[in-house]
Amino acid sequence: MKLTKRNLLAGLTVATAGMLMAHAPLSAFAQDKPVAGGTLNMLMQPEPPTLMLGLNQQGPTQFAASKIYQSLLTYSKDLKPIPSLAKSWSISPDGLTYTFVLHKGVKWHDGKPFSAADVVFSADKFLREVHPRMRALMTQRVESVVADGEDKVVFKLKQPFSPFIYAFEVSTMPIVPKHIYEGTDYRNNPANNTPIGTGPFMLKEWKRGSHIHLVKNPAYFKPGLPYLDEIYLRVVPDAASRAVAYERGIVDVLRGGDVENFEVRRLQKLTDTSVTMAGWEMFSPVMFLQMNLRRQPFDNKVVRQAVMHAMDRNFILKNIFFNVGKPATGPIASTTLYYDKNVPSYEFDMAKAKKMLADAGVKPGNYTIKLMPLPYGAVWDRLSEYTKQQLEQLGFKVTIDAADAGGYSKKVSDWDFDITMNFLYQYADPAIGVSRTYISSNIIKGTPFANNHGYSNAQVDRLFDAAPVALNPDVRQKMYSELQRLIVDDVAVGNLLELQFATLYRNKVHNLVTTGIGLNETLDTVWIAK
Amino acid sequence: MKSIGFVPNRLAKAVFVVLGVIVLNFLLIHLAPGDPASVMAGEAGAGDEQFLAQLRQQFGLDQPLYTQVWLYLKGVVQLDLGFSYRNNVPVAELILDRLPATLLLTGSAFVFSLLLGVALGVMAAARRGRIADSAIMTGALLFYATPLFWVSLMAILVFSIQLNWVPPFGMESVGAGLTGFARIVDIAHHLVLPVVTLGLFFTAVYTRITRASMLEVSSLEFVKTAKAKGVPPGQITRRHVLRNALLPVFTFAGIQAGQLLGGAVLTETVFAWPGIGRLMFDALLQRDYPVLLGVFLVTAVMVVLVNLATDMLYRFVDPRIEVNA
Repeated sequence: MKLTKRNLLAGLTVATAGMLMAHAPLSAFAQDKPVAGGTLNMLMQPEPPTLMLGLNQQGPTQFAASKIYQSLLTYSKDLKPIPSLAKSWSISPDGLTYTFVLHKGVKWHDGKPFSAADVVFSADKFLREVHPRMRALMTQRVESVVADGEDKVVFKLKQPFSPFIYAFEVSTMPIVPKHIYEGTDYRNNPANNTPIGTGPFMLKEWKRGSHIHLVKNPAYFKPGLPYLDEIYLRVVPDAASRAVAYERGIVDVLRGGDVENFEVRRLQKLTDTSVTMAGWEMFSPVMFLQMNLRRQPFDNKVVRQAVMHAMDRNFILKNIFFNVGKPATGPIASTTLYYDKNVPSYEFDMAKAKKMLADAGVKPGNYTIKLMPLPYGAVWDRLSEYTKQQLEQLGFKVTIDAADAGGYSKKVSDWDFDITMNFLYQYADPAIGVSRTYISSNIIKGTPFANNHGYSNAQVDRLFDAAPVALNPDVRQKMYSELQRLIVDDVAVGNLLELQFATLYRNKVHNLVTTGIGLNETLDTVWIAK
Repeated sequence: MKSIGFVPNRLAKAVFVVLGVIVLNFLLIHLAPGDPASVMAGEAGAGDEQFLAQLRQQFGLDQPLYTQVWLYLKGVVQLDLGFSYRNNVPVAELILDRLPATLLLTGSAFVFSLLLGVALGVMAAARRGRIADSAIMTGALLFYATPLFWVSLMAILVFSIQLNWVPPFGMESVGAGLTGFARIVDIAHHLVLPVVTLGLFFTAVYTRITRASMLEVSSLEFVKTAKAKGVPPGQITRRHVLRNALLPVFTFAGIQAGQLLGGAVLTETVFAWPGIGRLMFDALLQRDYPVLLGVFLVTAVMVVLVNLATDMLYRFVDPRIEVNA
């Protein structure tokens, strides 16, 4: 490093302060002007099956492919839309017309020009066929999507739908190249293995089971970006080995979920490490107990309320999630739009829970409950064991009925469970990520991650229909507040925790988490101090 | 020629064994709840009936099971192992991409455990009742009883994190751009921990078998005769005792070859080794039937061939043995 007065001062400051605050990020003292170059090493687990984001929206696919593909918008940490492929946009006063003006000079990785026709093809043809969330959105909400010249796209809606502005996140509406996919069998197109996007990084090599190597796109449309020369995403299946990878300096970043929460507490004490909880605001998953409302004893609302009183959310947060997260008050996360904390509460009170069952004439000893853990790792096994213990304290007989991911998905889809647990991304607006768990039109056998527990409340259905089409935000808030109160009172599901994820990274890495979609961003402004 | 005359007949039988394995595996896999379509719909966070039906039709999962088995068998006969729904590539390509890593890992572990186990067994037998014998057998018992995953994690902790002697995982230094001899050295460096941890259990087994077998053969009359004739002790051990004592070791080596892949799933996971063990595990979780069947087929063929090689080795080690076709 060049010895300047500023650097010298910074060094002295660090040395003096180091004794007192060994864990403080050094970034405040180090260089603050972005420098180009360098390699960012990260992990991905599990390995994505494909990098074609239009075909697969699994978490790891979103993370890896979001450097290659882009959408029209992205979203700030407070969920405001910000430009991506679109440089500006407008919404007509009647809420029916969304007009996007695209950046000029954008090119696909194969050198072909990007235009409004690609957006129309992606939304109206490609994603409508292969992307279930987009298909539902396009079919139910969109009247037409047309190109107005080379750089303007106009979406006309069937009726006002305020959450529509949140449909332009990269995993929801990845823009794919029309010239490669038009007229082909999308799923079997050979280009799926050599993805062509508009993003700041291009796929150089994918050695399955080992790593994905992304390199800088020299023709990226934002001048001077990306700063990084390359990104390596390494496949390390074992959580303990991933912690070792960070400790040994093999990788620079640990993404939320890369290591167990108890490792987060240890690793964040490393001297050159920063930690942030930001970057998940768009997704804000709420974890819940899913009780099958078709089966005894969970068809009884009092039983569900008693179960909620028997679950100590603070204990779960502290001892199972190691204080990463916060207790949920209802179906909507505090970081999602229209959150309202004024809902009925279920404080932990085992005596009260038992009394509620007794008063309702429920004899828990008559029921043997099969509890199916979420098959995503040790933390969910621990939560299952805790839930079993609490239900047994209420007097129920409980057996744990474990299944792997395929088996879990099948059993939940076929309503073949007594009680299980899950969490779902909320995607900023309750109409997108929350309503699917509660509306009765989503009780569809054979469909995973829907209203599989069988909750049906006509008033809830009406409010979920009305809120997103209301033009006045205050009216929407009132409706969503009412919805939250109804759902919590009914215990449609037992909302337990707002999941949070810690991102750990070396202090030399800058601009890592800048928006509400965190590491699913393009990372075009990330830079590494020399 | 007599020594290998049984081979063609055995190979012909092996074809039926492998076909049986394919059909059995096909049926067993379909007994598990869930299919690739439901897993993929789940990953999309949505997926209605129409989406699931679309996927099932595309993957041929809407056909009756016997039709699916028949189509698969027809493909296998034409050396077509099918197409991975999830990875969007031919199964053969996926397996061939990952097989060399597994063969390198399991082959090295096989050689490591066989050579070290036999050497330790011979040493323990030669020093029966002494401190060396007790130390070797205690060590063997320890590694025989210790779970592989624990040994793996401890090995990483000690030799990678504390001592920094070897890399903690991976097959090579990603992004180092090494070629030629430097790359071979790099891979060998990465190979140390997984091979040792995968091989320790089998080393313990070989040690125990070799020692027991050596002691048994040492007490036979022909060894006493050799001693009476004044043959040097080292020569007696190498030429007379060890050669006869090795037969049970070879028997177990044949079994080990089949078991190594099971251990490789765990070793490849802990050490991020890009082999077919992990491919199989991932395919199982994702219900990627063609990949699972492809891996099962390849491993079945490998086990059959290793068993055949073991039988041929018997004839070489002890020409008195007749191997029936």
